[in-house]
Amino acid sequence: MLQTKDLLGLAEMRARDISKILDMTEAFKEVLQRPIKKVPTLRGKTVVTLFYEPSTRTRLSFELAAKRMGADVSNMSISGSSVEKGESLKDTVRTIEAMGVDMIIIRHKQAGAPHLVARTIKGSVVNAGDGAHEHPTQGLLDLYTIKEKKGDIKGLHVAIVGDIAHSRVARSDIWGLTKLGAKITLVGPPTLMPPYIDQLGEKHTSGENKVSISHSLDAVLPHVDILYILRPQLERQKKGLFPSLQEYIKLYGISKERLTKARPDCLVMHPGPMNIGVEITEEVATSLQSAVEDQVLNGVAVRMAVLNLFLGGTHHETI
Amino acid sequence: MPIQKTTKVKIKSELCTQIMDKDALRRTLSRMAHEIAERNKGCHHLALIGIRTRGVYLARRLAEKLSHLEEVKVPVGILDITLYRDDLTLLNHQPVVKKTDIPFDITNKVVVLVDDVLFTGRTVRAALDALNDLGRPKAIQLAVLIDRGHRELPIRADYTGKQVLTAKDELIDLHLTEVDKEEGVYLVSCKNS
Repeated sequence: MLQTKDLLGLAEMRARDISKILDMTEAFKEVLQRPIKKVPTLRGKTVVTLFYEPSTRTRLSFELAAKRMGADVSNMSISGSSVEKGESLKDTVRTIEAMGVDMIIIRHKQAGAPHLVARTIKGSVVNAGDGAHEHPTQGLLDLYTIKEKKGDIKGLHVAIVGDIAHSRVARSDIWGLTKLGAKITLVGPPTLMPPYIDQLGEKHTSGENKVSISHSLDAVLPHVDILYILRPQLERQKKGLFPSLQEYIKLYGISKERLTKARPDCLVMHPGPMNIGVEITEEVATSLQSAVEDQVLNGVAVRMAVLNLFLGGTHHETI
Repeated sequence: MPIQKTTKVKIKSELCTQIMDKDALRRTLSRMAHEIAERNKGCHHLALIGIRTRGVYLARRLAEKLSHLEEVKVPVGILDITLYRDDLTLLNHQPVVKKTDIPFDITNKVVVLVDDVLFTGRTVRAALDALNDLGRPKAIQLAVLIDRGHRELPIRADYTGKQVLTAKDELIDLHLTEVDKEEGVYLVSCKNS
């Protein structure tokens, strides 16, 4: 099925391969609902998570996914490791591989780092987020959540709101959603909207973009099926990228009142972690329209499917 | 890790013999349903679990026959064993995982596993492991439409439709109207020249 040993981004994946992963995810979600949440599929396989950037949620999600599949998992923490002694990324992963590891899951602040690792080792590499480039498993879990709630992605209109410039989640979602037939409106302050970002993603066969840009959330709200909210990184405020938190909240924060401008069946999503009271209120996050908790559970299931895809399966064929 | 490649084998000539037609299939399933009811002295505490994919359709047909015989509705579940198989169980090199759907508790039930063909026994071994993770049945029995021999594990069927002598490289193909538009069991010999 897949021509590659690695999951580095959704941009280079075929729509039908993305769909296949989403189809497989349902089976793994069923495993997560059993009293004994374990299958022996990846017994004997070793997975290492290598996170150069902090993350407890994504790392835990990968770790649980691997453990539910019966694999051995080890988390490498960068602080207190040889990386502080100046060991290069290449040497680090070569050393890990030499210990007999089948897959490395890497998060790194430098875009392209997972690609370098993929070229360096024979094992599989999964990108858990590289700079502002992509976060493919987040994209996949978002697609799965939308598909679960809305039935089909084709024809949906999704608004992604917030700091698009620094968001790898937004980019992976753009690729995944456009490949599966949705259209996207990116909403945010002009200072956080990269120029020509509407050229990203798969285009219509006519050449027309599936992505458009707006700076007014209220204008976009009545027309969307999905409202995907990004967290503004508050450090950017200090750099003058938006004048004040109050202004951001006024223009782009989703409160219960603002949500009434959207359709009643509009789905609210957030990749987490949330700044409650800033881009989203507590009420909205826990409302019936919110799929945030589903996203978290689906994240483990999707990652199980991804692990199974690359580490499961046979190498020999007999009846 | 080597990239998994698809190996295509050209089948030069195929010999296809029908070993069961539509009516034979129907009668055999009726007989099996009677045997299941007889052995278990009725259908109380019984559950049929079909192994994907064709085992599921057979399980449903058996459940229907049992409901006519005993006037009891026997629950039917779907078991996908892809996550439990060993390397030598299935043909697929990149298995498509489908959902296991058993909407009832199997603990304390007599579970009859249903599959179309019993061959090496590895699929059934995987099914037993899967059931073990889902509960503690009172007993597990095995119903297969065709037993083609060549067991590699100490596994045997409680209810057998038909025993067929086969060579290891032959194939047994079950066609069901739910999937294949016609019904029958075929023995396929592939000759590579």
